[in-house]
Amino acid sequence: MNAAAESTFVADPYAAVGEVVIDCQVNKIFYGDFLAVRDSLVPIEQHKITGFIGPSGCGKSTVLRSLNRMNDLIQVFRFEGSVMYHGQDVYGPKVDPVLVRRYIGMVFQQPNPFSMSIYDNVAFGLRLNRFKGDMDERVQKALERAALWNEVKDKLKNSGLSLSGGQQQRLCIARAIATEPDVLLMDEPCSALDPIATRQVEELMLDLKKNYTLALVTHNMQQATRVADTTAFFSVDISHGGRTGYLVEMGPTAQIFEAPREQLTKDYISGQFS
Amino acid sequence: MANLFASAGSASSVSGPPSGGDYAADSIFRGLAWLSAFLIIALTGYILWEILREAFPAMQAYGLGFITGTTWNVNAQQFGVLPEIWGTLYSSLLALFLGGSFGIAIAIFLTQDFLDHRVATVFRTIIEMLAAIPSVVFGLWGIFVLIPLLKPGAEWLHSQFGWFPLFSTDLAGPGMAPAALVLAIMILPTVAAISVDAFRRIPYKVKEAAYGMGTTRWEAILKVMVPTASSGLLAALVLGFGRALGETMALAMLIGNANQISLSLFSPANTLASLLASTFPEAGQLEVQALMYAALVLLVITFIVNVLGLAVQQYTIRKFEGKK
Repeated sequence: MNAAAESTFVADPYAAVGEVVIDCQVNKIFYGDFLAVRDSLVPIEQHKITGFIGPSGCGKSTVLRSLNRMNDLIQVFRFEGSVMYHGQDVYGPKVDPVLVRRYIGMVFQQPNPFSMSIYDNVAFGLRLNRFKGDMDERVQKALERAALWNEVKDKLKNSGLSLSGGQQQRLCIARAIATEPDVLLMDEPCSALDPIATRQVEELMLDLKKNYTLALVTHNMQQATRVADTTAFFSVDISHGGRTGYLVEMGPTAQIFEAPREQLTKDYISGQFS
Repeated sequence: MANLFASAGSASSVSGPPSGGDYAADSIFRGLAWLSAFLIIALTGYILWEILREAFPAMQAYGLGFITGTTWNVNAQQFGVLPEIWGTLYSSLLALFLGGSFGIAIAIFLTQDFLDHRVATVFRTIIEMLAAIPSVVFGLWGIFVLIPLLKPGAEWLHSQFGWFPLFSTDLAGPGMAPAALVLAIMILPTVAAISVDAFRRIPYKVKEAAYGMGTTRWEAILKVMVPTASSGLLAALVLGFGRALGETMALAMLIGNANQISLSLFSPANTLASLLASTFPEAGQLEVQALMYAALVLLVITFIVNVLGLAVQQYTIRKFEGKK
């Protein structure tokens, strides 16, 4: 593939099988003058885990964070395209990003519990949404689902920051799922975890997808094969002197890893990509 | 020190021991650091000792009655500093309330993306410049600008709400209100600068976590950023309070130097520091001893405030941050 061909390459659209919860159509994403991502269609299907893989700088995190308008925190960020969610464009003029984030939750790369007690961390979203029911029950349920309850049930009043890294990440997951948001975005949630904690979080993801829809950015291709139903492979286009990411191929995880259609995908999953 | 590994490494390896000079510099630096630390402790101890020695006759003569007494009469040899203790704490608490809330509000305004970064830096510099204004200039400004400015409002408050303890007297000139206001302005830069640092220390990921939960900006600030910065904010308040307790010149000019205990914002009062400053120049031997005793009382108050502040701060750190 020569440079000119690559710069105009657009992936074949992935024909979603199930119901699409978030239909993300990226035309261009800018940080200031820098074109970060171009031409990528990424439908997120209900009750499935959609994995985003690709080399560093390919824009997979940027696309994921565009789904719930987390990138709005960056002043120079600009999104061209649409993210259709329940019939509404998330970037529509009447949409409040705060509202979007209450329905589309997020777990981050670094564990980031608030400096408050374990209980208050999990109850944070419940209180924010003015939940009037049995707070204790909801907190316990969220901690149980995050596979953390047994380790913290006797010290719910302790600070969330007193936990180990892996426990903190599971606490953040509990915090995110306590309000039972519709979609959960996970941006490399296991990159700071050891293999045991990673396995626990992966099992949790498989459990969560029964009720929620998940999108997962991961650097770890084995993780994608273990948990993702659908995989989107992004790559980075350096032909313009910039580093513009774009979608190369999206499909069922087995097809992406066993029978990729694109040469770039083949090279990347076999480790021949620099 | 001998190099035990001289035979290790290949011929082209440049690994080698630190020179004798390096070791000497290390020892000298360590010695200087220890010496500085020791000098600070020794100096504090010496000052305390001198004050104690000078104050000792007065301590013997007046005992604890000095702290509960309300008259300061040289001719009658009666010395009591309760009005000054009251004035010190009252003016400092008022200043802490005003300056503290404004200082933290300014810190929020400067750090939570309300302003462009460059504008925020300019703002911060201006606020820090407040700290460079000499105390006596604040005092003059208080006398010639602030007091005339406050007078009409004070008169109105007194005439309308005279039954309310805070407004029970008229502002005749110097008094608690102008003193506390100037004190508040003086501690503002301290509180604001340390609070700004406390907010700046919060990692970006905490902000992301807050907005990721779907907080509005106000919810993010109030429910996440302020609790996260709380130990730093407390440090800011304690330092501000400490500065207010010890502030001398501006208060001596503005507070009215009257030995009375009143809740009224407009009545003249006195503080320990301003008592010291305004009485020392003409004090005889006996009065100097009493003043030394007063200085000791001020020192103890500041010490207690600092220790309490530190304890509260440690408690907050344990509670919110889980550190031992």
